[in-house]
Amino acid sequence: MKLLESLSKRYKRFLEERRYQIEDMKLIFDLWKKSPLTMLGTVIVISLIFMAIFVPWFAPHDPLEQDVYNRLAPPSSEHLLGTDQLGRDILSRILYGSRISLVIAIIVVAIACSTGLILGLLSGYFGGVLDEIIMRVTDIFLAFPRLVLAMAFAAALGPSLLNTMIAIAVTSWPVYARLARASTMQIRNEFYIEAARSIGASDLRIMFRHVLPMILAPIVVQATLDMGGVILTAAGLGFIGLGAQPPTPEWGVMVSEGRYYLSSQWWVSTFPGLAILITVLGFNLLGDGLRDIFDVRMRR
Amino acid sequence: MSSKNTLLEVRNLKTYFYTYRGVVKALEGVNLKLGYNEIMGLVGETGSGKSVTALSIMRLINPPGKILSGEIIFDGRDLLKLSKEEMREIRGKEISMIFQEPRAALNPVMRVGDQIAEAIETHEKLKKEELKNAVIDLLKKVGLPDPDRLINQYPHELSGGMAQRVVIAMAIAFKPKLLIADEPTSSLDVTIQAQILDLLEDLVSEMGSSVLFITHNLGVAAELCNKISVMYAGTVVESCDTYTIFDDPLHPYTVGLIKAVPKMGQRGELYVIEGELPDLVNPPPGCRFQPRCPKAMEICKRTPPKTIEIKPGHVVACHLYNEG
Repeated sequence: MKLLESLSKRYKRFLEERRYQIEDMKLIFDLWKKSPLTMLGTVIVISLIFMAIFVPWFAPHDPLEQDVYNRLAPPSSEHLLGTDQLGRDILSRILYGSRISLVIAIIVVAIACSTGLILGLLSGYFGGVLDEIIMRVTDIFLAFPRLVLAMAFAAALGPSLLNTMIAIAVTSWPVYARLARASTMQIRNEFYIEAARSIGASDLRIMFRHVLPMILAPIVVQATLDMGGVILTAAGLGFIGLGAQPPTPEWGVMVSEGRYYLSSQWWVSTFPGLAILITVLGFNLLGDGLRDIFDVRMRR
Repeated sequence: MSSKNTLLEVRNLKTYFYTYRGVVKALEGVNLKLGYNEIMGLVGETGSGKSVTALSIMRLINPPGKILSGEIIFDGRDLLKLSKEEMREIRGKEISMIFQEPRAALNPVMRVGDQIAEAIETHEKLKKEELKNAVIDLLKKVGLPDPDRLINQYPHELSGGMAQRVVIAMAIAFKPKLLIADEPTSSLDVTIQAQILDLLEDLVSEMGSSVLFITHNLGVAAELCNKISVMYAGTVVESCDTYTIFDDPLHPYTVGLIKAVPKMGQRGELYVIEGELPDLVNPPPGCRFQPRCPKAMEICKRTPPKTIEIKPGHVVACHLYNEG
């Protein structure tokens, strides 16, 4: 009984202490509920994540299992989305492919985001020569179309899943660096930064404790939007043979393999293509929604 | 030269800002002398370089600003010769600062307790429990009620006066030898102003600190300060004890400034000093006050006046008093 009492007391104090965060969460939830597209995006992304985690439990077939007597079979109750040129179940391959796409997206965005964030922070906070150097390098990277640059890196490193990720990460960080720099420069001139310096706080401390939390929102939005872009680029590299290699059930590779049969056995290419479409759409909708939610000007 | 009872001596300090419009000569040879346990008022109109002086002493001038030359002798050391790390150790511990806009000086997304804790943490590693106690002690010291609750609040939940008390708590965490207060009461309403000034006075006498009190309000300065330095367009034109500056001002600018203070029972229009602050990119040659000075002479247009000590402790920079 006493335990229960102290627990409820603690809970009440927690609510009291965090009431602004809780109010904020409520507001965010309300905004989220108002936008059906954001909800759709959230549902797509969350189901994708669930799919990726739990595939082995519900995939109907092994994605690599070949059934040569059943090559290029049209959708049926046995193979819901048909089979490909080696008789592999397309549905199972798409389901397993979600793992690959998601892992690529997460790893690439994590690398690109942290690199870009740190470089942008340094650049915006210190300014001067350092800023000049970092920004000119990002300019160079931004001058190339992303896919072309990724192709060049992937070709140079040799085609493999790991190299795909490296290649895409190398082409993705400049956007984050720019974003972080711009917001940092804005925050840098706030009075509380000067106040923090006046109590003797070090530059590192100011950057990570005062500046970083303030610039995170646009970065999170960009990262979400980027997930879709990264998946698309990875599929593109897979398609032209510079990304994941067969027999990996990667969506771009699958589209590529099916393109010879497009006129007669349309399902081989179409379904993995649809998977790419829906996934990218989901991330973009979620990203756009987050941008609206984080945008303080749109509130109230 | 600096005597034993001088805490801070600023000599010939020059701070320029390199802007697109040209070089803004914000400080052109500032001289200040502040003893132990002294409260010095730094007065002057907006743009006269009061805040730049304060930031220069803290060495917090950001590019495009630059401290060009001069000496800032604090407790026997020249601050301008210290390394960045040594200076960082001094900030917040030996010299600290209170700002004009208390709510802007607090990080809006950090809880009050965390911010005060940060002021302590930067100079001293404490255990979590000790740190919390230290924070609560500080909040009590600045007269804030219910500190246990307060540490979990955010700056926007505080009133201006409360926020200023929090800022003061951060500034006095290490009983600094010098407290720089940059118009700490300008953004507060009058009753709160008086409370904050009282609090400052009490804390300062208890800690034995000296204060550089920046204000454009001569009345506030008269009430609080032992000494007053008057700044005009980047130079200190006159400096002496508070009584003398009101009783027997020497520099024509000081004279005008004191005339312009409204007095009880006064009728008719207020006195105004004609003209406005000179453009600090192209300041007038010679004395910077000369274009507005009622007593300007030929020499004022050519050479800047030297700062001379007329009487012990009474310094003025004006050709009227320059010998020869």
